[in-house]
Amino acid sequence: MSELLDLSTAQAAQSVRAGDLSPAELLSAYREQAEADELGAFLWLPEEPLGVMGTAADAPLAGVPLAVKDIFCVEGVPTTAASRILEGYRPPYTATAVERLAAAGAPMLGKTNMDEFAMGSSNENSAYEPVRNPWSPDRVPGGSSGGSAAAVAGGLAPWSIGTDTGGSIRQPASLCGLVGLKPTYGAVSRYGMIAFASSLDQCGPITRDVTDAALLLRHLVAGGRDPCDSTSVDFPQEIELPSSEDLGGLRVGVVPELSDAATIDAGVKTVFDATLERIEELGGGVEQISLPHSEHGLSAYYVLAPAEASANLSRYDGVRFGLRSGDGDLLSLYERTRADGFGDEVKRRIMLGTYALSSGYYEAYYGRAQRVRTKIAEDFRAAFERVDLVVTPTSPSVAFRLGERTADPMAMYMSDYCTVPMSLAGLPAISIPAGLSEGLPVGFQITGPAFSENRLLAAAHALEQAIGFDSSPARGKAGAPAR
Amino acid sequence: MTTVTTTPTERAYEPVIGLEIHVQLRTQTKMFCGCALSFGDEPNTHTCPVCLGHPGTLPVPNAEAIHFALMIGLALECELAPRSIFHRKNYFYPDLPKGYQISQFDVPLSRSGRLGDVRVHRVHLEEDAAKLVHAGASGRIHGAEASVVDFNRGGTPLVEIVTEPDLSSPEQAGEWLRLLRATLKRLGVSDVNMDEGSLRCDANVSIRPAGTATLGTKTELKNMNSFRFLERGIAAEVTRQEQILRGGGEVEQETLHFDPQTGALSSLRSKEESHDYRYFPEPDLVPLAPTQAMLDRARAALPELPAARAERLERELGLPTDTARLLAFRSELGDFYESALGADGATDPATLASWVTVELVARLGDVDPVESPVSPEALAELVRLVSARSVSGSAAKEVLDAMAAGGGRPEAIVAERGLGLAGAGELEAIVDRAIEANPDAVEKVRAGTGKAMGAIVGAIMRETKGRADGGEVQRMVRERLGLG
Amino acid sequence: MIDREQVLHVARLARLDLTKAEVERMASELSGVLDHIERIAELDLDDVEPTSHVVTIENVLRADDSRPSLARERALAGAPDATDSGFRVPSPAAAAAADGS
Ligand SMILES: [Zn+2]
Repeated sequence: MSELLDLSTAQAAQSVRAGDLSPAELLSAYREQAEADELGAFLWLPEEPLGVMGTAADAPLAGVPLAVKDIFCVEGVPTTAASRILEGYRPPYTATAVERLAAAGAPMLGKTNMDEFAMGSSNENSAYEPVRNPWSPDRVPGGSSGGSAAAVAGGLAPWSIGTDTGGSIRQPASLCGLVGLKPTYGAVSRYGMIAFASSLDQCGPITRDVTDAALLLRHLVAGGRDPCDSTSVDFPQEIELPSSEDLGGLRVGVVPELSDAATIDAGVKTVFDATLERIEELGGGVEQISLPHSEHGLSAYYVLAPAEASANLSRYDGVRFGLRSGDGDLLSLYERTRADGFGDEVKRRIMLGTYALSSGYYEAYYGRAQRVRTKIAEDFRAAFERVDLVVTPTSPSVAFRLGERTADPMAMYMSDYCTVPMSLAGLPAISIPAGLSEGLPVGFQITGPAFSENRLLAAAHALEQAIGFDSSPARGKAGAPAR
Repeated sequence: MTTVTTTPTERAYEPVIGLEIHVQLRTQTKMFCGCALSFGDEPNTHTCPVCLGHPGTLPVPNAEAIHFALMIGLALECELAPRSIFHRKNYFYPDLPKGYQISQFDVPLSRSGRLGDVRVHRVHLEEDAAKLVHAGASGRIHGAEASVVDFNRGGTPLVEIVTEPDLSSPEQAGEWLRLLRATLKRLGVSDVNMDEGSLRCDANVSIRPAGTATLGTKTELKNMNSFRFLERGIAAEVTRQEQILRGGGEVEQETLHFDPQTGALSSLRSKEESHDYRYFPEPDLVPLAPTQAMLDRARAALPELPAARAERLERELGLPTDTARLLAFRSELGDFYESALGADGATDPATLASWVTVELVARLGDVDPVESPVSPEALAELVRLVSARSVSGSAAKEVLDAMAAGGGRPEAIVAERGLGLAGAGELEAIVDRAIEANPDAVEKVRAGTGKAMGAIVGAIMRETKGRADGGEVQRMVRERLGLG
Repeated sequence: MIDREQVLHVARLARLDLTKAEVERMASELSGVLDHIERIAELDLDDVEPTSHVVTIENVLRADDSRPSLARERALAGAPDATDSGFRVPSPAAAAAADGS
């Protein structure tokens, strides 16, 4: 059994195709693990396994079940975005991403925990329960896709999808020793994905290795642009399964504004520098570049994302679905429902965003932040004239302790320091595990121009092979034993 | 030089009026989802996750709504923006499922246009709100009044047209709105039915000392749902503002509701409620940049518009202004008229126009003549019979009655009912009999009392049952009496 | 910096009923975040165009073809207070009735 759970998804799919393993066996093995979840990774599991029996072994994803962040609407299935305000909500429709992966042969295993409405970097903002990091149960898995990351790292799911607005796929992947990919904005449909910040949100895979990430991405984009999402586009190529073993001829840019910032922990920096050496060993050229406005990314992000969120979350008003409170008049219906239904961080961001858009402040905050966004995108464009890829640490630190940063919002927001610039520029970025610090995984982030996912995946694959990171916390060198 | 000082009490004021019109477009589906548009269907039977504002849903704009909006922009001679974007207008209200309305803000689809002598400030696209229906006291909500939301209307494509404050009387505002309505109707982009709310009008009203160019504080009159209410509402508001200024007071900027029952104006918004819509670009939509193909298609779809048609009918056919406007503003009448005119080139345009706008309208009311049993060819034939003096005017009206009731060709009806003008021989005999039977009147006519002629002619007309031409009869009587 | 009064104003705009303690905490937390954010005030951004979108596509439209709507029972299924035909809400006070267009 445990051998089965150790298979990467691509390997499991191969076994299924070879007839050595049935999709039902695979599902029940994972289901058993998920039911015994002690990490708080899952918010919901189906009473009966969903759909897998109908999944043909020859479907491209061979029936390998998928953990789905609870931000994706699935028809008739509780979907809460880890918020009280959506307790009991069962959507009348299914998200395009979930539908496409199910159609390709990856049925949903269950819904995973997250920071409420994807707002957070530790998963402590779930209205239901915090999630524990499989590498060290008193530490956070990162967020907001913390449940998806913990489920995969903890062996409760073979792979998962999450969403990334300012780092919500990459940072938990980094903290849990996994691969996390945020695709180019527009590559994957947002239809049915509960909105946090519409101009930034993207769906992407969190997996044990780069090949699995490529496999999921391939089927997320394969159907072409989604007519239900005006901002989605056709991906210009097919996503290839990476096989590259070296980085010959590749020019890689290092950004001192991000990798040398005071906020980056020494242990993280050590792993980062070692990875740069590996790049050179693999034939890549490392050079220093500058993204002069990237240090302002966080400021711009914490204006733009809350501003969009403040409008996106106005629909939670106690009228058509979800929670309703209040004592009889309309104003109290609105104010009580939203006061009771939203958690602290969500309220904080609604307040911040409402303030930034309000009369008299718009230009100083929202207007300026939009211009910073332009400058950041220009910085990247200029950088990609010189280099093929840009690399940074994913997270300034390894997984921190539960409760460590909850009292200081700004300290928590700093977790996104290295990931928000790419989000603002709409660029694809992947985090791969590059080593350990204090016995905890350290992620390495690779970014390329828009729609350069194949290039990213190839480089990430070559590095992954060279690094040889073991994604199992149980076996991880010096890692805390899994429970 | 002497300076004349006028006190506010004596001063004459003139109104300055601008209109804001909301037009529901007549597309098959809503602005941002595939739900069919409906009017009067069972509540909440035309909804989907998108127009109910469910989590995770996204808007996708309706191409036909954009097409209609471009047609309107072109018809109103606007400058079309090469690139416009949608914004979110944020406020909470139960008829607004997302907590924001998708609308256009600083970069509308088109601006700086004109219709007639009124400048159009801007034309933009947005989505309509749902409908709140009062439901009386609710059992569930303790002691409070409840409403029920029906989302059928929510998301209907809406075009907002804002004029410059170029109107200076309630009547002019009403007249201009009629022109706009006729124009939109002619474009075929909306039902423009004020009762059903597919055309809604707000007015911005201020007054200023006559002859000056200053702008006074304006108030906004909301949702006047008929031409009459619009005119009465504006008139009431102008009077109210005049009374305030004459009393030495100041007009406050506010939004008012006009109650057509009582004629009263009441303030709609409380002061402590601040309105801060926090507009920002809608991130779920991409910019709208009309392509040449889109513009060509919109241009090709433009029919001749009422203002141009009225001008042409007046200029080319010599119709009186009012008749030309009536034919142009009710384009179905204009179409009927022009097709009748084409059916018989010999018909006098002005006579035919009067038969359409007076006689036919009197019989059909608001019914589209195309839907009536009267065909344009038949009406043209009738007018020709009258002109050729084959049938009298009054008999022709009887023929038209018959046509409006059951169709048919005029000549057949005339023959069947014996309504043709009496022949010369028959008429001579009748004239002789009338002269014999009315000696007193004859005496007076001979003595030069013109009025007495009426009695003789009347008798003849009675006997012919109107099958005689009054002028001809009079000529024959005079001849018989040797008055030549 | 954002003070108590501003917090209350913004909370009303956002329809959030905050407790006294929340108002105090919000004022201090938001001020901390705004201090950080306000560093962008130092940048020279005068000739920079704002970016609201990174995608460069235009005119993504949908044909005017109708799609089936939800059955009414399904539309109303998740409503906290539904009648047979619609979504029940407390009647808006007349003062707010003209909100919006
Ligand atoms: Zn709909």
